[in-house]
Amino acid sequence: MGGLRELGVSQQVGLLFIVLFGALGAVTAYAVIRALRESTPEQQARDAWLLRELRALWLGATLFWVAWGTGAFVSTLLFGVVSFIALREFITLTATRRADHRSLLLAFFVVLPLQYVFVGVRAFDLFSVFIPVYVFLAIPVVSALGNDPTRFLERTAKIQWGITVCVYGMSHAPALLLLDLPGYRERGAFLVLYLVAVVVCAQLVQEAASTWLRRRPVARAISRSFSWRAWLSGALGAALVGALLYWITPFQPVPALVMGLLAGGCGTFGEFVMKALKRDAGVRHWGGRASVTGAVGLLDRVAPLCFAAPVFFHSVRWYFGWTVQATP
Amino acid sequence: MTLPEAAGLVLAFVARLITGAQGHWRGCAPMAEQRIYFANHQSHFDWVLIWASLPRELRAATRPIAARDYWTATPLKHWITREIFNAVYVSRERSADEDPLEPLAEALRHGDSLVIFPEGTRGHAVDPAPFKSGLFHLAQAFPEVPLVPAWIANVQRVMPKGEVVPVPILCSVTFGAPLRLAPGEDKRAFLDRARAAVMALREAD
Repeated sequence: MGGLRELGVSQQVGLLFIVLFGALGAVTAYAVIRALRESTPEQQARDAWLLRELRALWLGATLFWVAWGTGAFVSTLLFGVVSFIALREFITLTATRRADHRSLLLAFFVVLPLQYVFVGVRAFDLFSVFIPVYVFLAIPVVSALGNDPTRFLERTAKIQWGITVCVYGMSHAPALLLLDLPGYRERGAFLVLYLVAVVVCAQLVQEAASTWLRRRPVARAISRSFSWRAWLSGALGAALVGALLYWITPFQPVPALVMGLLAGGCGTFGEFVMKALKRDAGVRHWGGRASVTGAVGLLDRVAPLCFAAPVFFHSVRWYFGWTVQATP
Repeated sequence: MTLPEAAGLVLAFVARLITGAQGHWRGCAPMAEQRIYFANHQSHFDWVLIWASLPRELRAATRPIAARDYWTATPLKHWITREIFNAVYVSRERSADEDPLEPLAEALRHGDSLVIFPEGTRGHAVDPAPFKSGLFHLAQAFPEVPLVPAWIANVQRVMPKGEVVPVPILCSVTFGAPLRLAPGEDKRAFLDRARAAVMALREAD
């Protein structure tokens, strides 16, 4: 593993390409062969579900690779578009009123682009306070100008929450690309890949563990699959993958393991919270199926990333601030 | 590709970006046959949404109805409705010797499909307003053309009356099973049946 670390950037990229698309290709081939044989309707439904999930993975991996190949600008833009689609889905699910129109325009067409511009120009101080401070104050002002006191706090809170998760949380992922870490130039994309890999892994392990362990759910009304054991399994799975991937990160194996644990654990909490939100909005569908409004379920998929990215981003910054101070 | 075609593609892309413009074909498949689509009307955006949710091949032969005085008032409005949407213009002032439905009948004789909003005006209530009689007269004059009901969901949140910039919120258009005028069916009964068919799609979605 240590040897992998010594490879050049292009060799590491090539290796990751082969590993990622090789694994995807193998799983897809397996799924296609499975779907071809005779089976019961339940099995067919499961096979169809697997193929649909794989299609999303292929799309994500390809987009990711294209963005990587074309540089930080396109990646930031890509994350901005994903943010836009997630926020669109979030706002669709929440009950806003006519008076919120201007606030929503502000959120979609001013706040979202500006936040990604701050990422792009590496204005990290402004990027960290823009939404929690300035937008937090601006949204209720614009909403109040809409002249409608009905459920004012609730509406404003919902819009702010949507912005915080879909825009603020998400924008920390491309910000990783542009972090200037000592001895880690040109490799920000590896950190994003690391983050996505541990978060996805935590989801998969947690999902598998919950069917396998059959523990009592912690909050049955919200999720039948979320239990502390399953959550811990997911986080530990993420930690393991994180440690195995340490050679693409600027960390030593143990910090890589801790970072994986942290990001994976946060990501799984994110999915859990999003389930609560969908229950509240009365949405029964989960995942790729189109719902009432044709929401494609992107929000479900990116919510773990939105929760994990800010925690991971700041952990990385603190970790390096601390090590730099410790070894002057 | 001509300029209007390119502008149409851009417009359809923007509509999809903002609203998703999902077409759900519940009662019939999207086919290249002559049809009259009729839907609930809540926003100026309704027509664009139906148009964008149709497959691209059907868009050119599916035409909206536009008020002549408003949509030919400026060169840009006129160009958009004439070149991109191929709108059927009707005059709002009724003159004594002119049948207001004549331009629609002309388009139907020509083989085009139409989209009409039988409420006549944009509604704000939860349920659509009672339908105006134009749909009945068209059904009488063209009994062979299937009438396809459609329910447009959520669009009033995208662009409320008085606003000009749309907010990105997902919308869907649900197309139902085609209706036809039954032999000897009364005008009011038919219009109520058509309205019920549109409203039934709200629950089906």
